[in-house]
Amino acid sequence: MLIIGEKLSIIAKRVREAMIKKDKGPIQEIAIRQWKEGSGMIDANIGPAEDGGEELMQWMVTTIQEVVPLPVCLDTTNYQAIEAGLRVHNNEWGRPLINSTSNDPERFPILELAAKYNSQVIGLTVGKGGLPADAGERAAIAAEIMARAMEYGVPLEDIYLDPLVLQIATSQDHALKVIEAIKMFQEMNDPAMKTVVGLSNISNGCPKHIRPILNKYYFIMLMNAGLTAAIADAHEMAEAMQEKKLIDDVLAGKTLADAAKMTEITKTLDVIMGKTLYAHSYLEM
Amino acid sequence: MAFVAPKETYSGKVFEVTIGADKTAVFGGENVLPFYSFEGNVPHKPVIAYEIQDVPPEDWPETVKNVYEGVSGDPVTWAKYCQDKLNAQAIALRLVGTHPDRENRSSEDAAKTVKDVLSAINVPLIILGSNHIEKDSSVLVAVSEAAKGKNCIIGKAQEGNYKTIAAAAMANNHKLIAMSELDINLSKQLNILITQMGFDKERLITDPMCSALGYGLEYTYSVMERIRLAALAQNDATMQPPMLADVGMYVWKIKETQASEADLPMWGSLKERGIAWETVTAGSLLISGAEFLIMRHPEAIAAVEKFIEELM
Repeated sequence: MLIIGEKLSIIAKRVREAMIKKDKGPIQEIAIRQWKEGSGMIDANIGPAEDGGEELMQWMVTTIQEVVPLPVCLDTTNYQAIEAGLRVHNNEWGRPLINSTSNDPERFPILELAAKYNSQVIGLTVGKGGLPADAGERAAIAAEIMARAMEYGVPLEDIYLDPLVLQIATSQDHALKVIEAIKMFQEMNDPAMKTVVGLSNISNGCPKHIRPILNKYYFIMLMNAGLTAAIADAHEMAEAMQEKKLIDDVLAGKTLADAAKMTEITKTLDVIMGKTLYAHSYLEM
Repeated sequence: MAFVAPKETYSGKVFEVTIGADKTAVFGGENVLPFYSFEGNVPHKPVIAYEIQDVPPEDWPETVKNVYEGVSGDPVTWAKYCQDKLNAQAIALRLVGTHPDRENRSSEDAAKTVKDVLSAINVPLIILGSNHIEKDSSVLVAVSEAAKGKNCIIGKAQEGNYKTIAAAAMANNHKLIAMSELDINLSKQLNILITQMGFDKERLITDPMCSALGYGLEYTYSVMERIRLAALAQNDATMQPPMLADVGMYVWKIKETQASEADLPMWGSLKERGIAWETVTAGSLLISGAEFLIMRHPEAIAAVEKFIEELM
């Protein structure tokens, strides 16, 4: 499992301020922490970056790779910023990953960049016309992205299909559909297609104390379904790995010695699997 | 081999709620989808309450205002008219005059109106605030006390004011409407928060927020349907209180119930149009799972009662 350390995002206030001031300190501190805790790649999310995106992405890539011997996931909708990042990326630490192309025609040219710079690329299975309804629609979009990648000369081994994780607080039924999509994606090629998720979106909008719980247990379920990579907090995922056996035991119908843990896992799995309706206080019921 | 119709059975059941002190009304109690009496037990018909107000209905359209001409100037007369002349099973008194942007009537005035109405009728009373978060939290406390012992429904408790309103309803032994804004997860969450205060879940009524035909009815429909399925198929106790469809106030403010025949001749009779709109909105929400309705026009109510008779 490849963990793509997620904490370097423009959405986080501290990171945004560091990006504006070009203050390397906080960026490198977070990158180092994500690396030490098990990330195999670092996500650099600079947002739409309409002004100064090229310079910002280059600064991010070099700032990260100055202190961490890892490749970078270039996370922006700005085509020029991605290209600028690819130009300075140090491939000695591994090949970069572009986040992302999709079935939206505006995102097709991203594949040109992947081919030109020999980069890997995430294929987000959404089109222009709204969110996919189920796993089948996600797979249909994946097939179109794969066909297009071949046209542009991007090998299928370099594509990570992303089924788009949605918030459990508002789109509970999609939690299982995403797991199903991860299984379907792998069937679409031999060797199996690689897959990736933006994990923490599952708990976006949920109370702070339950976010890590949902993130961890959902991660284990996706892992069991064959997930290749996750954009996630490496620290949380290390914890998830420690709890994997407990979760697998509950999934196998065993009773845990720790009753409180058993309840927490059972209730959370029931919410993920749609057996009980989600509410912010689901753990208290 | 004879055909045997497949039957769905559910592990959950909707709570049965009894309201009123003298004459009572009962709704809920079913363990199947709405009107599916061929699959299980549907012990009670949905109940319809006639809506009245603490102040004259100046803002109601003519079609529905005219029906109450001569009685709607005074809530006691209006309530008695609904009970004695229209055979109302229940009456819903909306204290819209307490809203700060309206007459801004005080909690004391509201409490007096409630007492006067209660002493004039013997059918169950539903007491509704003006849907102003802060004002409702004082008005509904005062009227809960004024109606002590009458087993009323108090409403509506929302995320921003449920604590004081639920505490008052609990202290005075009333039922309580919990309203959230068209979101099944928030509806469940509010029911959880209210029961965590010690309020008995079997005394709750869920209002997932109503909407009129053409104005988002399908959202209300779908949330209600999913709430009912969670109650029955998942046996989710937090979703087992009966549901309210507060139809009248949403229907009688839209263009279709107000635009004149002179302006829009192709829309047909204004009177028929309004009544039909309230009937169809109410009927749809009964099918999606509402057990309790608040409505305004007697002819729409009669049509919906006939619809219920035919489906039961």
